[in-house]
Amino acid sequence: MEPITGAEILVRCLKQEGVEYLFGYPGGSVLHIYDALHAQEDVKHVLVRHEQAATHAADGYARATGRPGVVLVTSGPGVTNAVTGIATAHMDSIPMVIFSGQVPTALIGNDAFQEVDSVGITRPCVKHNFLVKDVNQLAETVKKAFYIATTGRPGPVLVDIPKDVTIAKTTFSYPETIRLRSYNPTIKGHAGQIRKAVDLIMSAKRPIVYAGGGTVISDGSAQLVEFTRLLGSPITITLMGLGAYPATDKQFLGMLGMHGTYEANMAMHECDVMIAIGARFDDRVTGKLEKFSPNAKIVHIDIDPSSISKNVRVDIPIVGSVPHVLQSMITQMREESLKLNEAALSDWWKQINAWREMKSLRYRGSDEIIKPQFVVEKLYEVTQGRAIITSDVGQHQMWAAQYYHFDQPRQWINSGGLGTMGFGLPAAMGAQLAFPNRDVACVTGEGSIQMMLQELSTMKQYGTPVKIINLNNRYLGMVRQWQEFFYQKRYSMSYMEALPDFVKLAEAYGHVGIKIEKPSEVEGALREAFAMKERLVFLDFITDPTENVFPMIPSGGGQNEMLLAERDEMVSTHEDGMVLV
Amino acid sequence: MKNPHRHLISILMENESGALSRVANLFSARGYNIESLTVAPTNDPSLSRLTLVTCGNDQIIEQIVKQLNKIIDVVKLMDMTEADAIERELMLVKTRAVGEGRAEMKRLAEIFDGHILDVTDSTYTIELTGRSEKLDNFLRAVDKDSILEVARSGTTGIGRGARALNV
Repeated sequence: MEPITGAEILVRCLKQEGVEYLFGYPGGSVLHIYDALHAQEDVKHVLVRHEQAATHAADGYARATGRPGVVLVTSGPGVTNAVTGIATAHMDSIPMVIFSGQVPTALIGNDAFQEVDSVGITRPCVKHNFLVKDVNQLAETVKKAFYIATTGRPGPVLVDIPKDVTIAKTTFSYPETIRLRSYNPTIKGHAGQIRKAVDLIMSAKRPIVYAGGGTVISDGSAQLVEFTRLLGSPITITLMGLGAYPATDKQFLGMLGMHGTYEANMAMHECDVMIAIGARFDDRVTGKLEKFSPNAKIVHIDIDPSSISKNVRVDIPIVGSVPHVLQSMITQMREESLKLNEAALSDWWKQINAWREMKSLRYRGSDEIIKPQFVVEKLYEVTQGRAIITSDVGQHQMWAAQYYHFDQPRQWINSGGLGTMGFGLPAAMGAQLAFPNRDVACVTGEGSIQMMLQELSTMKQYGTPVKIINLNNRYLGMVRQWQEFFYQKRYSMSYMEALPDFVKLAEAYGHVGIKIEKPSEVEGALREAFAMKERLVFLDFITDPTENVFPMIPSGGGQNEMLLAERDEMVSTHEDGMVLV
Repeated sequence: MKNPHRHLISILMENESGALSRVANLFSARGYNIESLTVAPTNDPSLSRLTLVTCGNDQIIEQIVKQLNKIIDVVKLMDMTEADAIERELMLVKTRAVGEGRAEMKRLAEIFDGHILDVTDSTYTIELTGRSEKLDNFLRAVDKDSILEVARSGTTGIGRGARALNV
């Protein structure tokens, strides 16, 4: 076999891995790799306008497809710009492989031009990383990177490649499989634990299923639906898991947590058996830990042992992959014809239906001014609930989660863990590239969208007809809401002055812009936009600046201490809640 | 006396650059304590053995163990404190050794099973090994002003009986 360069080896590896899109930005240390990319057409490169967008776009692609997102950046600022996107993927367990250029091995540590300790800088926010010092180890390292990124609890893996390694030559062989003695994720749950869990669940009078993002990531949605229907119990889902169970189903109580529904949080608080599935008891979900589900026995299924009993002590932990463990439970329940106590379950549903009567997502409509919730409701109608929705971070994110009823997994793409403003637009681009024929909308706000505007240029170049739903309230809305409630309306730096004309801005980038100021124009504008199948349309909705996200558990509150829109206009928080974020 | 909150954890990890910093990073990022840390290659040159002393309640120790296991370079680990284990630390102490104190210092070193490795007309350099408490006791027994320098290795350990940490 003819020896080939490290750069050529890398491109061959990407082909072997079936990489469809590579999101990146060239620079000095990766020029050989770009030269090798130039000579082929299998791996399509998307030239973003900022490296952060490369990671978010790869992330959106990964969340929409389940396949790893792949990124290529240059050394130094190329890597530091990518860090936010890497951390975003890390917090939400998204499979991603990032290739970064590095200065030549002889210069490492010399403060060379565009040198940064990439492995050091990214270490706390990757699943693993590598510095490849020898071209003979390149192919195997790439194989390891994809293996680690996509198995177990997925996450980003960075491979740092010095420039001389991309030039050096060796023969290419790509390992078929890889085994690491130090890394063997548990997939199948422990049979004894599963049996104990089923016994506990069957003894429940007030059970609840609490499912999270792990259900989506592991493609465990089908098993979740079967298990929950077989059980007949209520189910609530975290922000990260929406779509894993159809939102339009009658057993679904809506999202739980800080801005979850009243019935979901009350049912969590009052349950006697909780079945936590691929969820990690995040502080946004639990509220004050001391007050969390005081009477619940907890079963917790998670592939990551360190997620178990981290925040909340659980009674029956099961380490394993969600679909595998649920399938075992389903099989046992079917074989032994196990059923919950019907009378108790019926009483439990009566109680839940009473909580549902609070209609905690009700809001005051208006003929004068556009309510942001109304826009999301219309978006749901116009897209028939079938669009892929990405979001940025803030009030609009919560409204999208509350009012767009996701029936399918991988339909809802947002930065839940890190809460990264600027995520939505590039993520939508990645999702649209993966699914060119589906409707993709980015629900955003005028604060978040301005963190990634430059990608409008990339999206022109690659023709991704995303619909941008800008809920423009002229405020950093979530900050403003907290300042209203907890800082006596001292609106410090939350008002956005000197906003651009978003219509002209969209046009400047070669897209279509529409400004919508009246509630009566909302539906028409959405229909017009989604009819333009080939165009990116920037819809600038001028919304009510005073609208708040309800319901809400204020910091320091318990799940049963929810504030409702119509009941609690004025809100205060506990003193110890003020230190929480 | 055994402190129930003190744990000695031994880790076998890939002998790769970066492995040590992954462990150290974990402790600083998650706010855990490291009282001491020692690391060296093993008889298998592809493996390093890192031993650290940390403290915390059961829940924190459980998290530390799980988080350490999650590091890709970590092959295997053992909480030595869970069963009977032998713990040793090495200490080198340079002391003043003049006048009447010279003989006294030699006696004290002998009481603690120390060896005098280096002698000048005014100093002794003493080697001591044992559990950390024994080394602490030696330092307490010596007049503070006569201690010129202390170098301690940190604690390492090995399980008693057949219990072995290997791959």
